[in-house]
Amino acid sequence: MRAFAELLDRLVLTPQRNAKIKLMADYFRSAPDPDRGYALAAIAGTLTLKTVKPNVLRQLVLERMDEVLFRYSYDYVGDLAETISLVWEPPADSQTAAGDLSLGTVMHQLETAGRANVHGLVRDLLDQLEGSSRFAFLKLITGGLRIGVSARLVKQALADMGTVDVTEIETLWHGLTPPYVSLFEWLDGKSPKPELDMPAVFHAVMLATPVGENDLTALDPKDFAAEWKWDGIRVQLANLAGTRRLYSRSGDDISGAFPDILEAADFEGIIDGELLVGGTMRTNRATRTFSDLQQRLNRKTVTRKMLDDYPAFIRGYDLLFSGDRDMRPENFLTRRAALSALIENAAPSHFDLSPLVAFSTWEELDRLRKDPPDPVIEGIMLKRLDSAYTSGRSKGPWFKWKREPYNVDAVLMYAQRGHGKRSSYYSDFTFGVWTESNGKDVLVPVGKAYFGFTDAELEVLDRYVRNNTVERFGPVRSIRAEADHGFVVEVAFEGINFSSRHKSGVAMRFPRISRLRTDKLPRDADRLETLLAMIGTPENNLSEPAEPI
Amino acid sequence: MKPETLLYPTPKGLFCEKGGFYIDPVQPVERALITHGHADHARSGHSHVMATRETLDIMRIRYGDAFCISTQEAVLGTRTTIGEVTVSFHPAGHVLGSAQIAVEAAGIRIVVSGDYKRRRDPTCLSFEPVPCDVFITEATFGLPVFHHPDDRGEIAKLLTSLRQFPERAHLVGAYALGKAQRIIALMREAGYDAPIFIHGALARLCDYYESEGIALGDLRPATVDAKDKQSFAGAVVVGPPSAFADKWARRFPDPIPIFASGWMMVRQRAKQRGVELPIIISDHCDWPELIATINEIKPGEVWVTHGREEALVRWCELQGIAARPLHLVGYDDEGE
Repeated sequence: MRAFAELLDRLVLTPQRNAKIKLMADYFRSAPDPDRGYALAAIAGTLTLKTVKPNVLRQLVLERMDEVLFRYSYDYVGDLAETISLVWEPPADSQTAAGDLSLGTVMHQLETAGRANVHGLVRDLLDQLEGSSRFAFLKLITGGLRIGVSARLVKQALADMGTVDVTEIETLWHGLTPPYVSLFEWLDGKSPKPELDMPAVFHAVMLATPVGENDLTALDPKDFAAEWKWDGIRVQLANLAGTRRLYSRSGDDISGAFPDILEAADFEGIIDGELLVGGTMRTNRATRTFSDLQQRLNRKTVTRKMLDDYPAFIRGYDLLFSGDRDMRPENFLTRRAALSALIENAAPSHFDLSPLVAFSTWEELDRLRKDPPDPVIEGIMLKRLDSAYTSGRSKGPWFKWKREPYNVDAVLMYAQRGHGKRSSYYSDFTFGVWTESNGKDVLVPVGKAYFGFTDAELEVLDRYVRNNTVERFGPVRSIRAEADHGFVVEVAFEGINFSSRHKSGVAMRFPRISRLRTDKLPRDADRLETLLAMIGTPENNLSEPAEPI
Repeated sequence: MKPETLLYPTPKGLFCEKGGFYIDPVQPVERALITHGHADHARSGHSHVMATRETLDIMRIRYGDAFCISTQEAVLGTRTTIGEVTVSFHPAGHVLGSAQIAVEAAGIRIVVSGDYKRRRDPTCLSFEPVPCDVFITEATFGLPVFHHPDDRGEIAKLLTSLRQFPERAHLVGAYALGKAQRIIALMREAGYDAPIFIHGALARLCDYYESEGIALGDLRPATVDAKDKQSFAGAVVVGPPSAFADKWARRFPDPIPIFASGWMMVRQRAKQRGVELPIIISDHCDWPELIATINEIKPGEVWVTHGREEALVRWCELQGIAARPLHLVGYDDEGE
């Protein structure tokens, strides 16, 4: 348990992605089975445990401790599980624990305990575990690890540990269950790759590379099909041998949040597409924005009202399996024709086909890209007609060619120190634009950015922050920002939407600082009205109907 | 005589009227008795200072020879008469030279603990319990949440990280007097014999510890011209915590911020400070040590000062021990 507890403690405080991967991979290499499998399940969120209510824990601790002293402690720490883990003392006459209780043992005891015995078992385990382990244990049984590690990241750590590609882990993932002994034996090189008996597993998706400068000049437009790149999330829908699953691009099972789509999927096979909210083109209703889609994401269950207010559908891109026939070796045109036929017969309210974009030259396509017919389009996808469906991101068969980002000039308002390499730099910035308030022009914050600038530009920004600090709030500094004195930056972003959670009423997607505008004064920066005008109104923008080739 | 008339708090600090002296005064006074060399307890500008030889040396290093007009060395365990009272100094186990001060008059003895701890520390003498009528205890970590772990385990975390991330500089924030030297000594005990790099603010104090017979091994200044940045890859750099947020830290490759402090017990504290590797090592008592000390000394009365007074007073009440908070101002409980 101690090794797992130490891993959690390190992960919570480690901001860098690569360092997190390293910490996890090292743990998986050194921890025994089944401990590491349970740890993996806990991190990836696949552990099913009877959870213990906070009130039960509070009762347990008050059996041992004065209520006033507990209250002082809880007020100071602020987190119930952490408070209990810190104040807990085994009874003075208790035998000291014989070494470190393993995670596997703890899990086994929890799994086999009857409902009525949980109370006593939790108390015994708290007595036997030491400080950090108590905390990890309490986090496990209260069901909230919150360590800032995505399922994707832990799969990358597994891939690093076994020096295999992460797509192999993603493909296996949903066919395996905790404590993942066969998976680790394979990653250790001790046994062959596990065979799956469930057909509706996730298959690693095919990814596109961005169009770089001069990438297209050597290519013939006639070899490619173009499609709009829709601004939803990429998904894979599987319906095979009675099992239906909806997976995100990285293989997370998101079926629970989308019962409407699973129910409507009456075809057998696996399709690749974009998950969107709104109406399909086949019902002639508008596709809604990404922020509407967000209402449906990251939920375990979904209410009737949610389903009515935010109807979800899939816009088909590709076909991986038709029934149980593997279509991936076929070329794009063959797969596309089969997909088109499949969607023709699927529920019109929940499935449509991503239309192809006719073009004859790259210049023509570039014009279309810069002025797409629907605000929920974020660019163009290019797919080689003769390409097979291959997992991962290899350059050549598929390209993505994004719409130009939006740009505004904004004024730096607050800065915060970064992490790791940047811990001595003010590198996280809040920026604002002008708006009128009580007859005066004031700056209102519209976003935060911590990348986009070069190292040399960061030196300039950091120096400005240090020399122009107005106030400090903990790690945050407010920066001098007046009409004639301040720092203007050009902010590039991918999209903008209304947001009730922000004072300005707007929220940007992927904002970054694209240029330092030392040539401009804050009074020349943009106004909030300019940003509001950038927000598209989808109702007015119906897309072209599908046209199969 | 009531104990409250022998020693009582004033804006300048704890005052003994019968002896005409203050203990750890926070403003310049005529006569000061100093428990230990930390800046919030040992200030410059007093006329006459009485302290252990080591504490006087440390004050001289920090403030220069003119830190006071005259000094008097306190020999541990020796009774000295000042005015109408007798005082004696006893080891406190906090940092090199740290002492408790016992003040006696008319058959009443009050012990001022200063800051203290009960753990083994290779860099200073261990705390010595002194029977008394009133024990004035610090309460920096006076909450039941504070259970400082074994320091060997904490040092092991640092050594593990050095193996896991050999390309990164390990920046250990530690208070310049006491904590820094203790961390270095503990690392040496754990078998780490590579050079340790130190911030300029630590140099003279580390030299002094060495001259007092506390071996710290190969210490080198953490100064370098910019082109040599990679020479700190996998190195341990010890400095005052404030230096790591400063531009000074930029000379190190992809540093891991580490902080050696009792406060690191609480995860949110570590997170707020941007600490990636908390090392829970404290020069103060944790909760069980505070309680064990009171149980061991069995004073008639406990006065609680700087820190979380209310919890320790509550605990004393539950045990039937007379206790009250002693509201002293000017001590920095966050500085640990």
